[in-house]
Amino acid sequence: MKKLAKSPWMLHYDASSCNGCDIEVLACTTPKYDIERFGIINTGDPFQADILLITGGVNAQCESVVRQLYEQMPNPKVVVAVGICACTGGVFKDCYNIKGGIDTVIPVDVYVPGCAARPQAIIDGVVKALEILEEKRRNYKEEKKEER
Amino acid sequence: MAKRSIVPFGPQHPVLPEPVHLDLVLEDEVVVDAVPSIGFVHRGLEKLVETKDFKEYVYIAERVCGICSFGHGLGYCQTIEHIMNVEVPPRGRYLRTIWMEMSRVHSHLLWLGLLADAMGFESLFMESWKLREKILDMFDATTGGRVIFSVNCIGGVLKDMDDTMLKNIVDTCNEMERELKPIADAFLRDYTTGSRLHGLGVLTPKDATLMGAVGPMLRASGVAYDARKLGYAAYDELDVEPITATDGDSYARCEVRIKEIGQSFSLIRQAVAQIPAGPIAVPVKGMPNGEYFTRIEQPRGEAIYYVKANGTKFIDRFRLRTPTTSNIPPMLNMLKGCQLADVPLLILTIDPCISCTER
Ligand code: SF4
Repeated sequence: MKKLAKSPWMLHYDASSCNGCDIEVLACTTPKYDIERFGIINTGDPFQADILLITGGVNAQCESVVRQLYEQMPNPKVVVAVGICACTGGVFKDCYNIKGGIDTVIPVDVYVPGCAARPQAIIDGVVKALEILEEKRRNYKEEKKEER
Repeated sequence: MAKRSIVPFGPQHPVLPEPVHLDLVLEDEVVVDAVPSIGFVHRGLEKLVETKDFKEYVYIAERVCGICSFGHGLGYCQTIEHIMNVEVPPRGRYLRTIWMEMSRVHSHLLWLGLLADAMGFESLFMESWKLREKILDMFDATTGGRVIFSVNCIGGVLKDMDDTMLKNIVDTCNEMERELKPIADAFLRDYTTGSRLHGLGVLTPKDATLMGAVGPMLRASGVAYDARKLGYAAYDELDVEPITATDGDSYARCEVRIKEIGQSFSLIRQAVAQIPAGPIAVPVKGMPNGEYFTRIEQPRGEAIYYVKANGTKFIDRFRLRTPTTSNIPPMLNMLKGCQLADVPLLILTIDPCISCTER
């Protein structure tokens, strides 16, 4: 990864996970792992976010919330599924209330496995997501240029 | 009468750490009523017990919640062990106690950080979580996992610690105790934090008991009740006294939790000093048949585990009453009459864990 055009802001949402990955996502922002060195700020507001870090297997109740959050984020945006239950449903796959994986609801760009996903893995996933975000931004600019 | 308005709050909200939804009924800035609606994290874990082998289910029980993961595994295993009349060897019980207390330290430090964050005290949040990493490193060294480490099994534990490791744990605890001091002072002595916490959300001892508050919530109101006194694991051989405060406000809850971190350090030291040699687990044969209730003290309060088994490897019913479930009614009561701006802080002082609550 070379340099970034802007500081990407991240939004974190718990779509019916066990909290294990959520506290690891938060741990990424604290001094030991310090995701902020990539210019990333943890925001609570979807309208300001570029990266959506999402955990959990999505249940019937929060499906609409996930969809809404995704739509509220401005383009271009990337989604990182954190933890095995966000990737496929994981241990909760057989639960009656679990849809199984974030990608059943919204498109996912990066999958971070692990139960719980380690901060190192999460950071790795985020950095990958940053590259995808850059690319999306370039494509997006070109599209706009063509429109004009 | 002032005009009433309803503010929907959650499940995703910039100041809310957990996905819970509240409809706040306001009169001007004052909350007069709060109506919760839940189910955003409901997965249906209790039902899974019917289709998973009872030994395999330990891993699911640990994933009820990632913060008190060890405790949930412990509660489930203890219940099954009672049904099957399995006697856990002493070393296994002591190791369980040590990990349980380490979990409590990690959970309380996590809470302290979130509290600081809710007040907008960013550097204190970072400091608390920085300190918490030390305990996570110890988990990593002893078990190989940071938050979910699956060391419980029916009949004991899966991993042993050697003497160097035990000494390491005590050293880390001593070091952390020193480093906790300035953080604790920032919470308990600082004028600004004090002004946010003092007198906020007062819960009288009578209300606390009647509405079924548990854990630090109950003890902060002056009721000396701690399920560790029941003497499960190795707690019957250790010196554990419930820590209480009298004010029943948010400051008291903060104080109780900070003191409990110190208590956990002391329990770890006691356990390491007394730990006997011997096996860490016994082999378990046969299938459970019968039913049983266990109570254990989780970082957030008393949790109840119920298992009804039928003699096959699939269990009929597993039921779990988590501490946050019983702390929600007192919380709703505390919310009435507080300022809108204090709502996030007040919700946080019960240390909510929605993942546990909804399972
Ligand atoms: S992947 Fe595992 S630790 Fe992470 S939220 Fe899912 S169950 Fe919890």
